[in-house]
Amino acid sequence: MLALFYIFIGVAIGVSVWQITRILNLRESIATDKDNAAQGKYAMYFMAFFYAMMIYCLIFMNVIMLPESASYEGEHDDNLFDITFWLIGIVQFIMQFLIFYFTFKYRGSKDKKAKFYADSHKLEFIWTVTPAIVLVGLIGYGLWQWNNVMDLSSEEDAIVIEVYSQQFRWDARYAGADNTLGLGNVNFIKGINTMGVDMSDKNSIDDKQVTELYLPKGRKVHFKFRSQDVLHSAYMPHFRAQMNCVPGMVTEFGFTPKYTTEEMRNQPEVIEKSIGINKIRKAKGEDPYIFDYLLLCNKICGASHYNMQMKITVVEEDEYNKWLSEQPTLSEVIQ
Amino acid sequence: MSDHHHKETFVTKYIFSHDHKMISKQFLVTGMFMGIIAVLMSMLFRLQLAWPDTSFSVVEAFLGSHQTDGIMDPDIYLALVTIHGTIMVFFVLTAGLSGTFSNLLIPLQIGARDMASGFLNMVSYWLFFLSSVVMVISLFVEAGPAAAGWTIYPPLSALPQAIPGSGTGMTLWLVSMAIFIASSLIGALNYIVTVLNLRTKGMKMTRLPLTIWAFFITAIIGVVSFPVLLSAALLLVFDRSFGTSFYLSDIFISGEVLHYQGGSPVLFEHLFWFLGHPEVYIVLLPALGITSEIISTNARKPIFGYRAMIGSIMAIAFLSTIVWGHHMFISGMNPFLGSVFTFTTLLIAIPSAVKAFNYVTTLWKGNLQLNPAMLFSIGLVSTFVTGGLTGLVLGDSALDINIHDTYFVVAHFHLVMGVSAIFGMYAGVYHWFPKMYGRMMNKTLGYWHFWITIICAYGVFWPMHFIGLAGLPRRYYTNTNFPMFDDLADINVVITIFALVGGVAQIFFIANFFISMYRGEKATQNPWKSNTLEWTTPVEHVHGNWPGKLPEVHRWAYDYSKRVDAEDDDSDYLHGQDYVLQTTPLLEGEEPS
Repeated sequence: MLALFYIFIGVAIGVSVWQITRILNLRESIATDKDNAAQGKYAMYFMAFFYAMMIYCLIFMNVIMLPESASYEGEHDDNLFDITFWLIGIVQFIMQFLIFYFTFKYRGSKDKKAKFYADSHKLEFIWTVTPAIVLVGLIGYGLWQWNNVMDLSSEEDAIVIEVYSQQFRWDARYAGADNTLGLGNVNFIKGINTMGVDMSDKNSIDDKQVTELYLPKGRKVHFKFRSQDVLHSAYMPHFRAQMNCVPGMVTEFGFTPKYTTEEMRNQPEVIEKSIGINKIRKAKGEDPYIFDYLLLCNKICGASHYNMQMKITVVEEDEYNKWLSEQPTLSEVIQ
Repeated sequence: MSDHHHKETFVTKYIFSHDHKMISKQFLVTGMFMGIIAVLMSMLFRLQLAWPDTSFSVVEAFLGSHQTDGIMDPDIYLALVTIHGTIMVFFVLTAGLSGTFSNLLIPLQIGARDMASGFLNMVSYWLFFLSSVVMVISLFVEAGPAAAGWTIYPPLSALPQAIPGSGTGMTLWLVSMAIFIASSLIGALNYIVTVLNLRTKGMKMTRLPLTIWAFFITAIIGVVSFPVLLSAALLLVFDRSFGTSFYLSDIFISGEVLHYQGGSPVLFEHLFWFLGHPEVYIVLLPALGITSEIISTNARKPIFGYRAMIGSIMAIAFLSTIVWGHHMFISGMNPFLGSVFTFTTLLIAIPSAVKAFNYVTTLWKGNLQLNPAMLFSIGLVSTFVTGGLTGLVLGDSALDINIHDTYFVVAHFHLVMGVSAIFGMYAGVYHWFPKMYGRMMNKTLGYWHFWITIICAYGVFWPMHFIGLAGLPRRYYTNTNFPMFDDLADINVVITIFALVGGVAQIFFIANFFISMYRGEKATQNPWKSNTLEWTTPVEHVHGNWPGKLPEVHRWAYDYSKRVDAEDDDSDYLHGQDYVLQTTPLLEGEEPS
């Protein structure tokens, strides 16, 4: 019934607009010189609004953005992003100015004559070749960085960790002393063997299953991702890292943590962002926020997609070793 | 087409009409209806994003059993974004835009009496209507409509255990899309055949208005890519209903191992995006074609770089079929493929830049008649540039890693294809309304409509880039479970307010549309003083478009403000007016442009 009520309100608004237009006799339809002058002026007003908004967001939303990359590999991402962003920012500001300024400047009137100007090979050559040259640079740097990030073959002493996803939780498995993960398949899921690890594989014996990621600072981590039900995506924004978890296959990604969680908390950008967040949380009477690295699900996976997360803690290597040695191996847990 | 007078009944004239002008109006009104549904949905989920814990009676009213005390359920949130996307991309911006204007303008602008096959054209519309009906019905099934995102990636879309929307709702979605694709293919084939075969005497391909070029190339992309989506959907139907394993493998859900073995969701992603990316251009190119025509007419200037415009349409169309992998950089496919797709993707920037520069040059030193259609076209150029530029960030695989599936993507594609294409559609309606209904739309309401819409469009999507850069994933029902996103809440409120105002402002358009249909100023034959053939037809529609012989074409479509002496801007206009109809023969000694 309530829906009917809203539909009725909608109809009522429609009818009143209809009636208003009858009274106003809005029957003019083609722009006159007066309209051109007015609309040209509005184009300038709009441009002022648009530029103000663009600049406001660029300056004042800096604080909400992600802090600098917490992985060594991500440094070049930040770099490439800055270059690209400056570039498109400049083009954006010039192009939008031209679009709206021309709308104002060349607003029509009876006394004006348009210039008949249909073609210029020179101009078209310039604006085909210039973007092409700029793109060569961007593509070159981008591809170099892409290969840099995606090539996991070079690091032999990387720590192998499996990240395992299901609706709606994350688990992780460390490869243990042999740094080799035992095989896994959904057919082995039974009881507390929630990740479906094949316990007859000798590589599985020293594997360690945990619910939180601990990573050592300065060591390359080689992630292997699995999913047991639908697509998920392991998104670790602070490390500039993301990879889909695909049922039926193992996907991979790697990075080297650059700052411990503690170091990151003392980073000026993070402190500033935390202050902002805590102001809001205090007003709502919630506990203060303390920075932590997170792994989020970033591929639509069902009703609780919005709450699928895992904490990541980056520590110094000796602390990491100590933590890892305290975790039980799978053979101790699963008989 | 015969010249015999057909006896028309109400049914053959208004319902099962073969006449392209009537079919175009049918497409437009159906598309508008679907558009209203999709806009209302977006307003509902924007409410949720801005005020996640607040109860709204409007939510209670429209979501029925899918809400608790005026707060929507997570499932239905996902369903709303899914159906919003599906309807907007396919039903509004593919059928509503291409269907309307390809049908209206192809015969009129090439000088044909009707489409190559009026019957198939009618079938195309009625299949579209049927698919719309099925899609609307799917909104009312008990477990809710499809909710796996408009990209319907399996296994989520294949398993009702994974999300309730993947039951009957998903089945109806697939049925609806299969019918839609059939409609779209029949339409596209008709457009291609008509453009190739039914051009009037003198209408060489190089004299076609850019609208027709855009519709023609769009139809070709559609024919190339839509069948692939159909096959992807069919295989998904097999997986869902007949136990095959094209996309599924090694799945443990609801406490049991499913029998699927050996399939891969990545295969689906490839098939889906083989359509999905060209689809972006199926949506955008007609809007760009419409804009080219309207900017040139209202600037009283020839479109700058006509041949470069055609070349860039073709380049975009070609490249669009080899870039689909940029949606899949982090899907788990071989990183080498990622390199290839980065390369091809960024190449698209070149023809796109050419188009944008050419539009701006067309405005330069023009005599701009700022009609609502012109403003929407200028708005399109603006949003196309803003949205296109961020494509350089997303298309670069290395950068995509970190912003993939965040709100940065949502902002990017809404500006570059959503807002741009809808601006193109509005521009087209304001411009060709007199050709459709014989009356003019009101300019004052048009101005209100334009300025509120563009302010709101930027108010929604510009700040959205930044919450994406803050790392906020899309398709989150609420962000309150992540304290790190708490400082984005205010921005979400601002975005929602702009979205609500912008949504409601569309009433200006709808009111204007229907009022003008009955009460608008009577149109003259060529109200915008345009060169193209459709303005040589009588205001009152006649079957066969031209009462007597078909017109003969002697020049291209863009002889605006042509001077007697081409070198001298102060010399008089050719023919004493600032436009020359395509049917006007060249004067003695006149250089064709």
